[in-house]
Amino acid sequence: MRLDALGLPEILAAIIVLSLNAYVLTGGADFGGGVWDLLARGERRAAQRALIASQIGPIWEANHVWLILVVVLLFTAFPAAFATLGIVLHVPLSLMLIGIVLRGSSFVFRSYGARDDATQQRWGRVFAMASVLTPLLLGIVVGSIATGDAGAAADRLAAARDVSYTSTYLAPWLAPFPLAMGVLALAMFAFLAAVYLALATDDVALREDFRRRAVGAEVAMFVAAFGGLAIAEMTAPHVSGALIGSRALAFQTLTAVAAITALWAVWTRRWRTARIAAALQVSLILWGWVLVQYPFVVPPTLTIRDTAAPRATLELLMAALVGGALILFPALAYLYRTFASAKH
Amino acid sequence: MTDLFAARSQMAMSLGFHIVFAEIGIALPLLMVLAEWRWRRTGERAYYDLARRWAKGTAVLFAVGAVSGTVLSFELGLLWPGFMRHAGPLIGMPFSLEGFAFFLEAIFIGVYLYGWERVGPRAHLAAGVVVAASGAASAVFVVLVNAWMNTPVGFTLDAAGNFVNVDPVTAMRSPAAFQQVLHMLLASYAATGMAVAGVHAWMLLRGASREFHRRALTIALCVGAPAAVLQPLSGDLSARVVAETQPVKLAALEGEWLTMRGAPLRIGGWPDASRQETRWALEIPYGLSLLAFHDPHAQVRGLLSVPPEDRPPVAVVHVAFQTMVALGSALALVALWAGWAAWRGRDLSTDRRLLRALAIVGPFGFVATEAGWVVTEVGRQPWVVQGIMRTADAVTPMPGLVVPMATFTILYVGLGAVVVALVTSLVRETSGARA
Repeated sequence: MRLDALGLPEILAAIIVLSLNAYVLTGGADFGGGVWDLLARGERRAAQRALIASQIGPIWEANHVWLILVVVLLFTAFPAAFATLGIVLHVPLSLMLIGIVLRGSSFVFRSYGARDDATQQRWGRVFAMASVLTPLLLGIVVGSIATGDAGAAADRLAAARDVSYTSTYLAPWLAPFPLAMGVLALAMFAFLAAVYLALATDDVALREDFRRRAVGAEVAMFVAAFGGLAIAEMTAPHVSGALIGSRALAFQTLTAVAAITALWAVWTRRWRTARIAAALQVSLILWGWVLVQYPFVVPPTLTIRDTAAPRATLELLMAALVGGALILFPALAYLYRTFASAKH
Repeated sequence: MTDLFAARSQMAMSLGFHIVFAEIGIALPLLMVLAEWRWRRTGERAYYDLARRWAKGTAVLFAVGAVSGTVLSFELGLLWPGFMRHAGPLIGMPFSLEGFAFFLEAIFIGVYLYGWERVGPRAHLAAGVVVAASGAASAVFVVLVNAWMNTPVGFTLDAAGNFVNVDPVTAMRSPAAFQQVLHMLLASYAATGMAVAGVHAWMLLRGASREFHRRALTIALCVGAPAAVLQPLSGDLSARVVAETQPVKLAALEGEWLTMRGAPLRIGGWPDASRQETRWALEIPYGLSLLAFHDPHAQVRGLLSVPPEDRPPVAVVHVAFQTMVALGSALALVALWAGWAAWRGRDLSTDRRLLRALAIVGPFGFVATEAGWVVTEVGRQPWVVQGIMRTADAVTPMPGLVVPMATFTILYVGLGAVVVALVTSLVRETSGARA
């Protein structure tokens, strides 16, 4: 990766990944909260759900906008990549959208709807199940891009070779490795949520509930990550090769250090350290994927350079991003400061 | 059902669903802020209750608007990859700006809804102002994209049909941009303001708390009535741009088959494609030439001036246009009536005839919006980018599109039913609590 190879398209690609990273750390944790709503157990079940709702309530809509930003930046800066993904990943993306619609609307229906238990429970269940479905599909989509199967299906379609419905629209994502990545995404979001939630309450018993959940989610992450690697070794050796190849090895070591730090901090109840380490671990996993895939947006064919929009668009977009960031970040900081915790 | 038709139906349904929530998301925060402002100024409890009520409505409707908007941003690629591949670099700019406006809206709606006790009074009111302003800004940016699809500029086509020499700034200032943005913003304030006025008028008719609903009615009319009165003028501006830049669309919405000087304005009627004439319409001589070009003898192009494959579905467009104009005119008349009564110093909350009229026209704005959206979108067919790219060339190659279309239709019908039930119960709560 030579430095002079890094131009405007690469910078914009990096900004898209940063936005996705922000989405994972914020919006991802909101979905993770929904997972813990589904798994709320024991005598503090109601208290767990109340804490989750209080943490998601004021911020989930702002967090959700990161995903919209990712989509919009992708189709503005890399329109050919967006078009390709829209074609071959139509089914999982549509399913993910259903999850997004149901999660958001059931959350407000529960918050503002009738107060009776039956209604609350019904929307609570929809909210929780949609919170599981959406991260799974997000992980599946990423997994099918990473293997190159989605891109290969698009290439076959463009060349009008083997364009059966199954091989083009189902097989690229309905496969072991993408499914493992779906589970990994789910575990990641649940892990983030558990760590954030533990930090957001003063109630010792509630904290302990989420401490146990954080440990469980971290273990699930290990299983999904190594399971995914084993599956890749069998079904997509080029992916596993790249993941543990020389370029990525240092990176993966860093990820492992962050993971162990996060687990240790959760175990020893060092919550602030745990939050930083958890966020770092999840971010490193995301960037690990990006690093393996560079310079492709949709491997095996479409690179950042191939799919980049004309220079005039990229320059203007860059200017808009700089201007937008100047407004966005102070506003986001204000939002988070206002609702820093559920503690009063 | 062909895949193209399924894709068009899914997009139409998604937009038709979202547009109602988008309009409310633009105008209801304004009502809510005005109520809070009155409360802070006068200290009257009814205004506080009103602000809290409208904030609740905003919370629910904004969330549904946000998720249905997300669906649309993905559907651009899921259904129209051919369009996005070519047009992305041109229309991505307003969408990106819209992203930031939406960010501000989502951030400050959180502050507003959950911050009543957490931030100071000025900060709270300011948060509401940001929500109202960024909602309007979002609409401006999104409509700029649609205006570009109607009047595409800012590029040249190369031999292979690719857009080259793209200039996104010029694309944002397309010929229809100003008129369409104005029409959509006025539609949002008119539809939402008059609908809210209709709800409170209906509550007053049923004898609910006058204290509360009189104030609600006043604020809603202050926003809705001026917009409803101005909307026909903005429509005239829009029609003249259409006449100049999309003559076939104008011909479709007027049911004009033959190119002629001194074309009549047709009210009602049914465009019969097989007979190539519009039957049973009330014709006002020279009306169309006069309205579209401000000259009774101006030449108006007819549908027959282009081959059949370049014509939109005429009957749908014509009927939708008539519906929009009729409902919009009714809204404007009732708004004028309310304005005149207020100017004469009458108490609107006891004028039962006016209240009844307001309750009846309450939903008209949203129906007119849907009809207007049909006019601009179906009227542009068979083009996705007027004269440049056909909708058929933009659609995804994926077969079986009837399945996602049916799935999203079921999802949205269910969601719509829940929202209606929820808003109804919120309104009922108002009457119960304060009557």
